[in-house]
Amino acid sequence: MDAEAPRTLFEKIWSRHRVKEREDGQTLLYVDRHLMHDGTAAAFDALRRRGLAPRAPERTFAVPDHYVPTDTRRVAEIADERRRGLVETLARNSAEHGIRHFGLGGPHQGIVHIIGPETGLSQPGLLMVCGDSHTSTHGALGALAFGIGSTEVTHVLATQTLWQRKPRTLRIAVDGALAEGVTAKDLILAVIARIGAAGATGHVIEYAGGAVRALSMEGRLTLCNMSIEAGGRAGMVAPDETTYSYLAGREYAPKGAEWDRALVRWRALPSDEGAAFDREVSLDAATVAPMVTWGTSPEDALPITGAVPDPDAAPDAEGRAAMARTLDYMGLLPGTALEEVAVDRVFIGSCTNSRIEDLRGAALVARGRKVAEGVRAWVVPGSEPVKRQAEAEGLHEVFRGAGFEWREPGCSMCVGTNGDIAGPGVRVASTSNRNFMGRQGPGARTHLLSPAMAAAAAVTGRLTDVRRLLAGEA
Amino acid sequence: MEPFRRLDAVAVPLGEPNIDTDRIIPARFLSRLRSVDHAPFLFHDARRLPGSDDENPAFPLNRPEWRAARIVVAGRNFACGSSREAAVWALYDHGVRCAVAPSFGDIFRNNAMKNGLLPVALPAEAVADLLAQLEARPGATVSVDLPAQTVTFPDGATHGFDVDPFDKQCLLEGLDELAYTLSLTDEITAFERRMGRENAPP
Ligand code: SF4
Repeated sequence: MDAEAPRTLFEKIWSRHRVKEREDGQTLLYVDRHLMHDGTAAAFDALRRRGLAPRAPERTFAVPDHYVPTDTRRVAEIADERRRGLVETLARNSAEHGIRHFGLGGPHQGIVHIIGPETGLSQPGLLMVCGDSHTSTHGALGALAFGIGSTEVTHVLATQTLWQRKPRTLRIAVDGALAEGVTAKDLILAVIARIGAAGATGHVIEYAGGAVRALSMEGRLTLCNMSIEAGGRAGMVAPDETTYSYLAGREYAPKGAEWDRALVRWRALPSDEGAAFDREVSLDAATVAPMVTWGTSPEDALPITGAVPDPDAAPDAEGRAAMARTLDYMGLLPGTALEEVAVDRVFIGSCTNSRIEDLRGAALVARGRKVAEGVRAWVVPGSEPVKRQAEAEGLHEVFRGAGFEWREPGCSMCVGTNGDIAGPGVRVASTSNRNFMGRQGPGARTHLLSPAMAAAAAVTGRLTDVRRLLAGEA
Repeated sequence: MEPFRRLDAVAVPLGEPNIDTDRIIPARFLSRLRSVDHAPFLFHDARRLPGSDDENPAFPLNRPEWRAARIVVAGRNFACGSSREAAVWALYDHGVRCAVAPSFGDIFRNNAMKNGLLPVALPAEAVADLLAQLEARPGATVSVDLPAQTVTFPDGATHGFDVDPFDKQCLLEGLDELAYTLSLTDEITAFERRMGRENAPP
């Protein structure tokens, strides 16, 4: 291969991590960072049954998030025995194998995809994996990061490597500027609505263009987080000054001379001029409006100014039937204006939208307003550091004053495995990433939106165009 | 892993697009060890009437003709979403050894291969045709031949499919990837030496 040929960010990281490439194209990749959470007991069990130990425990980091309660920080107070067992098992497995563990109640605990970037563990040029599909989040720092299954987690523990076939590349270029009240969450929902929930299957996405460059690290993390909802294997943003200034000084980021050496490596990572992608999609940021989903796939997203679609408009019988089932599950009638849809609960949280910038955006809307009668609204910060920062800024008082509940960090209502679920038929405005049937509890109805839009829904009691509130309307 | 060569079995049509892994196995049944039988969790909520433990007779897997199906035929983007390998375990423990769809969630596809469940991607028109045949003749069987890389529909039409040669070899021999990788330990060690402190955590 011509060493001078222009290469993409993805290709540079991929080739740097190749331990072995077979003739059939299967590649053994070295894993720099392996993140684990409290849902990985089966992988440790499989390792133990084979009499194996982790090859590189110093490259493995564990944190409980899926099964932790959001009303206490004490493991002993987890009422459900199975959930408590999973949190304890992660701590025990970590201690036994010399894996660093950010335990419940400790200063670093939080959602695995929040704390990776926050501690500086996630860095440009790294190959990172975690037994969780939203590992794509860490690509925001210019890492190649993707989710794996339980058998693969065991494989990584035992060998620090993983077999992969090289994915294709997709460049999503977003030029122009996002309008007032429009966030990275709206952008990624617009992208998924455009290319579909399988639009990036088999691909690694690189987000590029002026609108992406202009995003803060928090916004980039939100964008890359939902790459999986577009079917993508991973999502990435090339590192730049935003990335470096975000990382500088973080606990696990390189220091001193190591930082200088790392910067030299990182500056060589962005895709070369003229590098070829297998596919390209472009989007004008200025056309993106605040988005909300109406169905049970993230691709079912529309601008908040829209209406519930009509199954009769679907192109074929199968499509009509599927949409009718979706609307039946969601309890929505075709043609209803999205702004007329009343909500029962609001969840501001998850690895998509529980960083400090998200909470600031929601607080801006909540400040001086009240959660609507009959609506139960939660704010679940993504991590202990996010919670501390928000409290230092007084955001918790803004939320509490408006009638929101201010909870402890964890995955919470994103997936409900800790018991934070919505009941059947309950309609939730949620800043998380999946509106699948039953995701937030059997029969629960999820509408995905941005933190500011969620806050707007909380105070009006229905899905609401946040731009109207930002413009001063009550 | 149990080897996979040929399979002649009843196929059940689940024609919707984007059937996600949350639907295949709801999150509250996750994080059990592999030794636990995952079959009772398969499509747990979809198989029941809303808010009850009674079976939903309309759900295809509950129909007598399809109860014993070992092949699932689905719409595009089957098993998208979460990385939960328990989605594969639930299908496998129910007896499903093959899924046919126009496309699959990437992580599910990897997980399936590693557990001896063959994902077969066919063109959307072929899957639509197969779904129609299965709906018209409930209980009809489909044949999957991995060495030949073909699927034979109830009407006798045969379609070829692609499979990664490495995955094919693993499936055919019930080969354990981990044992193979462990035999490459020297190469992994050499890689670690070459990389030194680059990208190492503090
Ligand atoms: S917040 Fe939700 S999507 Fe993110 S890791 Fe937790 S359960 Fe998964």
